[in-house]
Amino acid sequence: MTDELVRRTAAHTARAIADGEVSAVETTQAHLDRIGSVDGRVHAFLHVNADGALAAARTVDDRRAAGERLGPLAGVPLALKDVIATKGLPTTCGSRILEGWVPPYDATVAARLRAAGVVILGKTNMDEFAMGSSTEHSAFGPTHNPWDLSRIPGGSGGGSAAAVAAFEAPVAVGTDTGGSIRQPAAVTGTVGVKPTYGGVSRYGLVALASSLDQAGPCARTVLDAALVHATIAGHDPLDTTSIEAPVPAVVAAAEAADVRGMRLGVVRQFAGEGYQPGVEARFREAVELLEGVGATVVEVDCPHFTYALPAYYLILPSECSSNLARFDAMRYGLRVGDDGTASAEEVMAATREAGFGAEAKRRIILGTYALSSGYYDAYYGQAQKVRTLIQRDFAAAFEQADVLVSPTTPTTAFRLGERVDDPMAMYLADLCTIPSNLAGNASMSLPCGLAAEDGLPVGFQVIAPPMADDRLYRVGGALEAALSDRWGHLLIDEAPDLVTATAGEPS
Amino acid sequence: MSGTITRAEVEHLARLARLALSDDELDRFAGQLDQIIGAVARVGEVAAEDIPPTSHPLPLTNVTRPDVVRPGLTQAEALAGAPAAEDGRFRVPRILGEEA
Repeated sequence: MTDELVRRTAAHTARAIADGEVSAVETTQAHLDRIGSVDGRVHAFLHVNADGALAAARTVDDRRAAGERLGPLAGVPLALKDVIATKGLPTTCGSRILEGWVPPYDATVAARLRAAGVVILGKTNMDEFAMGSSTEHSAFGPTHNPWDLSRIPGGSGGGSAAAVAAFEAPVAVGTDTGGSIRQPAAVTGTVGVKPTYGGVSRYGLVALASSLDQAGPCARTVLDAALVHATIAGHDPLDTTSIEAPVPAVVAAAEAADVRGMRLGVVRQFAGEGYQPGVEARFREAVELLEGVGATVVEVDCPHFTYALPAYYLILPSECSSNLARFDAMRYGLRVGDDGTASAEEVMAATREAGFGAEAKRRIILGTYALSSGYYDAYYGQAQKVRTLIQRDFAAAFEQADVLVSPTTPTTAFRLGERVDDPMAMYLADLCTIPSNLAGNASMSLPCGLAAEDGLPVGFQVIAPPMADDRLYRVGGALEAALSDRWGHLLIDEAPDLVTATAGEPS
Repeated sequence: MSGTITRAEVEHLARLARLALSDDELDRFAGQLDQIIGAVARVGEVAAEDIPPTSHPLPLTNVTRPDVVRPGLTQAEALAGAPAAEDGRFRVPRILGEEA
């Protein structure tokens, strides 16, 4: 029974709880048991909120017993990326500098989930301050990919994706600054969505790059992602960059799953050198499958996308070096070297040396460099102009196509340790996802099969114009349905059974 | 525009960013940052003299909300995460140098 409960979709679980077939407490306990049996090897969680989760579940059961009509996710367990502030629950961002910090307030995303009766199971592992594509930059050790424990789960939100892929939670929330929801989804065979910038409140997210960060759902099905999206999205007066407009009808779009008459634009720049053959093969098949269910396919040219990665690695470090300046050892977090004689500046420098990991330090220095007078025009200024040209490429492409499609990331999951000391190789994992962050539009990754050469999941990326997030779910829903018809199940059902198998572990 | 950054420059930038670095880190980061700056300098290849810069994906100006009092943190909540507190305030190391 426990195994059956954790394999259910969020939609199924919510319905079963509303119908009284199962209680929220039983469902939550099943997930806590699952975490207990597999997370020692997966390490998706930095903190498990067992008592709080059971108490929240009991409240849902009591409300139902009192005759209250429950919302579409009431009683559903969910894992939250550790970059999202949660009142009473530790929030570390995968960093020593915030180890043990318990926020005195909830992020809007967390508050909306709690208000919807969602049960927060715990906080998930991530690259420090969301900088990385593998979770190896977490100060608390990496997360392991449930498909092969010797491989990366993607990053920065590898913990959220792995929790969902390992059936520790049916859904999770991540944040995506350059691909941190979508690339982990791709390499773990799950669904991840970066909503339109401003679609989901950033209030209470620990900022990496304020003009790029966006929270969004992680799930095993397109419909479950839509249910989480609809719950967390919408205008928030506490975030001045939050869009004051109705949330796109994502749930209806996922249910319709209809691409008839839609034009798909295949991005010419995202193919060829550097792309694994198995990734390209599965991507092309998925495009043909969508054509078979009524979409038309065109090729689109986005010439400036090849400059997105360099522009991003100027804009992001510039913003992050400013944002991480708040970690000054004065008001919260770590303080080192305060011996009564050291000055505040010396304490700051010593604390930041001790509290930040290598990638955070590299990006702080890079950003400080790019914003220096004398270099500003050539680097940050020029990157901002390239950002405009990337937006124009998107605008032109969306005149020819309703959505754009590409592989989510050029390769399947690489091995832990393979790129950790080679920052440029790590950065290439986000080649196809970065343009949507720079332009602010909506993007989804969903599974499209396993690469022949290594048997690992391949991600299919769908990109929609700003505030047309519903199109992601129409296309994603249609592709998921067509692939499930062909396979007879979801891709995630092919993942190794972590309880009996020892995928990727030395025997 | 070549991507060159010296060890001394990394040391200077780290000081600007209030970040103490070990000798080992300075050696390692100088090489890595040189490689990264070489790669990101490619943005200079794009002819963009007449292109306006974009700092943000949304064209927003002067977003306001009604000036309504709403509950904030209590003093105890605000100080709960402080590395050191005294008399209901943040206690910080001395902020002036010896010569001041």
